[in-house]
Amino acid sequence: MATLLEQVGPESTEPDTGLRPEIVGRNPWALAARRLRRNRIALAALILFLLIVLMSFLAPVYAHDVAHIGNPLAPNLNGTTVAGGKVVPVMQEGTGGLHLGETPIGPTWDPHHYFLGADDLGRDVASLLLYGGRSSLQIGISSAIICCAVATLLALIAGFFGGIVDAVVSRIMDIIWAFPVYLLAICIATELLTHSNGIPVGPLKISADNLWVPTFIIAFAYVSYVYRPIRGQVLSVVRKEFVEAAIAQGASNLRLMFSEILPNVVSTVIVLLPLMIATNILTESALSFLSVGVQPPNVSWGVIIGDGEDLLYTRPWVSLAPGIMIVLTVLALNVFGDGIRDALDPRAKLRVDG
Amino acid sequence: MRLMGLVHTPARRVARHPLRWSGAALVALALAVAGCGGSSASSPGTASSGTPKSGGTFTILANSAFGVADPAQNYTLEEWQLLIDTHNGLTGFAMVGGVPGTKIVPDLATSIPQPTNGGKTYVFHIRRGIKFSNGQTLKPSDFVTTFERQFTVPGPTAFYSDIVGASACSTKGCNLSKGVVANDSAYTLTINLTQPDAEIMDQLALPFAYAVPASTPLKLLGNNVPPGTGPYMWKSYNPNTEAVLVRNPYFHVWNKVAEPAGYPNEIIEKYGLQVSDEVTEVENGEANEVFDGDQIPSDQLSQLNSAKYTDQVHVNTLTADWYFALNTKQPPFNNLEARQAINYAANRSAYVKIAGGPQLAVPACQILPPNFPSYKAYCPYTTGAQTVWSAPNLAKAKALVKASGTAGDKVVVDGTNDQVGAALVQQMVSDLNSIGYKATPQLLTAAVQYPFVQNSTNSAKWNVGWSAWYQDYPAPADFLNVLLGCGSIHPNSDASPNIAAYCDPSTQSQINKAESEEATDPSAAAALWTQIDHEDTNAAPWVDMYNPKQIDFLSKDVHGYEWNPQWYILIDQLWQS
Repeated sequence: MATLLEQVGPESTEPDTGLRPEIVGRNPWALAARRLRRNRIALAALILFLLIVLMSFLAPVYAHDVAHIGNPLAPNLNGTTVAGGKVVPVMQEGTGGLHLGETPIGPTWDPHHYFLGADDLGRDVASLLLYGGRSSLQIGISSAIICCAVATLLALIAGFFGGIVDAVVSRIMDIIWAFPVYLLAICIATELLTHSNGIPVGPLKISADNLWVPTFIIAFAYVSYVYRPIRGQVLSVVRKEFVEAAIAQGASNLRLMFSEILPNVVSTVIVLLPLMIATNILTESALSFLSVGVQPPNVSWGVIIGDGEDLLYTRPWVSLAPGIMIVLTVLALNVFGDGIRDALDPRAKLRVDG
Repeated sequence: MRLMGLVHTPARRVARHPLRWSGAALVALALAVAGCGGSSASSPGTASSGTPKSGGTFTILANSAFGVADPAQNYTLEEWQLLIDTHNGLTGFAMVGGVPGTKIVPDLATSIPQPTNGGKTYVFHIRRGIKFSNGQTLKPSDFVTTFERQFTVPGPTAFYSDIVGASACSTKGCNLSKGVVANDSAYTLTINLTQPDAEIMDQLALPFAYAVPASTPLKLLGNNVPPGTGPYMWKSYNPNTEAVLVRNPYFHVWNKVAEPAGYPNEIIEKYGLQVSDEVTEVENGEANEVFDGDQIPSDQLSQLNSAKYTDQVHVNTLTADWYFALNTKQPPFNNLEARQAINYAANRSAYVKIAGGPQLAVPACQILPPNFPSYKAYCPYTTGAQTVWSAPNLAKAKALVKASGTAGDKVVVDGTNDQVGAALVQQMVSDLNSIGYKATPQLLTAAVQYPFVQNSTNSAKWNVGWSAWYQDYPAPADFLNVLLGCGSIHPNSDASPNIAAYCDPSTQSQINKAESEEATDPSAAAALWTQIDHEDTNAAPWVDMYNPKQIDFLSKDVHGYEWNPQWYILIDQLWQS
């Protein structure tokens, strides 16, 4: 954004010297922030996302102080609760002549007693929803950051050096691109799950119930998706005059990559970040739904949707509630991501609108 | 047989039966079974109305097919329920509902022979005038091919490994000329065993031993089923679409109890639908049966409670165990007190709820299931009377954990990652944590989980492993020797059904004694099996959770329902109005 300049308007407080109006450079980040502040829809989306994050990270407060549940992740099949002023079992035996099946209690709409009902293990769905949000958001955000960081680094290296380096890195990315995400996840998860003490990775031991497992799987799977557009940006920036000027001044390769090129492609990364968070939350949900993502006793929105699959007709809120949370979160991140793109690169918006 | 599936309607995916155990002797056991008929929405064992009539197409809906169709290798009840309508063996289980269905009757043999040569030789007289569905006449020598195929295909069990010559057989070749001697002139078949095996009649009644033409290749036939002698024949089988059975034009009734004529003209089993869609189609009368191995979702169980389905839903108790094996080779459960502690702590009513409630599962403590030979109710791990489980005894459990010195130990609970499997594991984790262990779940896909817990190379990776077992045939050895006998431990094998790796030499000697007494003193043997069952229960190599029940859901126009304890629903005895 070094080329972005804005002419100072009537609001300028500079004294009139009688000369031509002075052209003053303004920090492009400040300009972007000002454009973002004017985009009320994007700001609303951001607020919604932050609200979801806040609610999710207050899960223990809700579970312990509002719903009064000791361990919201533990089964409670023989438990009781209060509904309509009466003490009732959480799991209710089927009615009719045959008494087949056990159905969990439905929503009571009372925050203190199974607000959204129970799942098939008799657990409070509202508490699970918040705990699940913590896992989903943590995985989504962490994997997006890792993914974008690794992709940016590789794109800088490939785009800057070009030639054989670019060819090798790009072909590796092509292979990752071609590999089925879910098959990869199933393979890794199965291998990890059969090592109950975890697999040693350097000084660390990664076990299957660790949230970093789905985080790294998802980050790895999407590196190439972020790598490609950033590499394209690097290739266009690396031939700009200011880069050639820096080369002429004797700047080192590291300085060229991180001081000259990176600041000019980072806006693309920032635009991609919220979109990747949204994508990764969806991927995590899908993996967890397939039982290869978040492992018990942890829960995520995908896990809860899977648990509610057999209750869709009688207890739809078990699956609907996390589904709604996923929709809201992804929607908020996508709208906010669009807002960031518009703020950082208004010409892109003009191109889209025009 | 190990069936991996869900409680009220167990999925009939059967694991390999990796046994090298000599069969126990229980000739009279089938007759001794009491009350195997179970309960039904209509009536135990049978339900019929009106005059039976032949004709029509009977359509079964199954979520998935049963894999390879070759009867020498297939070990699923899903195909067995069809094979009993297309093929026959020397002996058979009576094709009737209720307790009589456990009785062994002569089928292609004219009678059940008495053993000679110290219990090692059986001479069968084969019926004359019976033809395969391709028109060939059945000869005693056809059985030689049947038994040789068990070793060349090969079959999944060691049921027939006591036949003379079997030990030298392999997939490369087999010569049973001394073990299975056919005389096509006299129409006799002599089976010579290396040692007495009183369960041989049960084993001969299984589809592995069903007659196929002598010209049948000795290699695996894949999805082609060779001709049989039953009232139906296989028209086609495609595991992606359907199996079709049509009438065998050469069939005639030779023993109504062993092989009655069927009512439908055609039996079709369709694959690939979601179970919820299967239920809907049967509700709407577009199909006739939801395959009894498919798990009906909780939602639709609620629908089936409606009064309008009372005559269409049948619930029967299965002779099966759902249990957690305790790894006796690793701490903490190499300690008897620790094993007993978790048995006291296990909240069996919670497991029953996961299984679908008390109408679909019965809490259990002991190895032998109810309505099984030598079963005598026994449950030391409860509060109150020690016959029926009523509630966990946490105080006793905690005291035992303290006495064992294992409090605070890490415990890995291994199970399947399907919905019911995961729920059972999480409940077990909760039970273990409630008495001071630090338990974590380990959920694997069903295809991985069963071989994983059997293989001793994985022994250090788990402490509690989920499993389930359904009878092969009604004999106590099928539980007590197969699942807890010393001979059922096969180190470094994916096929080692004694998952707990429990071996008590004194109990094993009692098992051996019971097997040998079955031929000479059946009542003493039965009493000894009861004693072994209770001793194994006291030794606590498992946490037995419950005995499952099974749902059959039929369309409104289907009549003649009969539930056989060995084969479950008798498909070809159903008729449509």
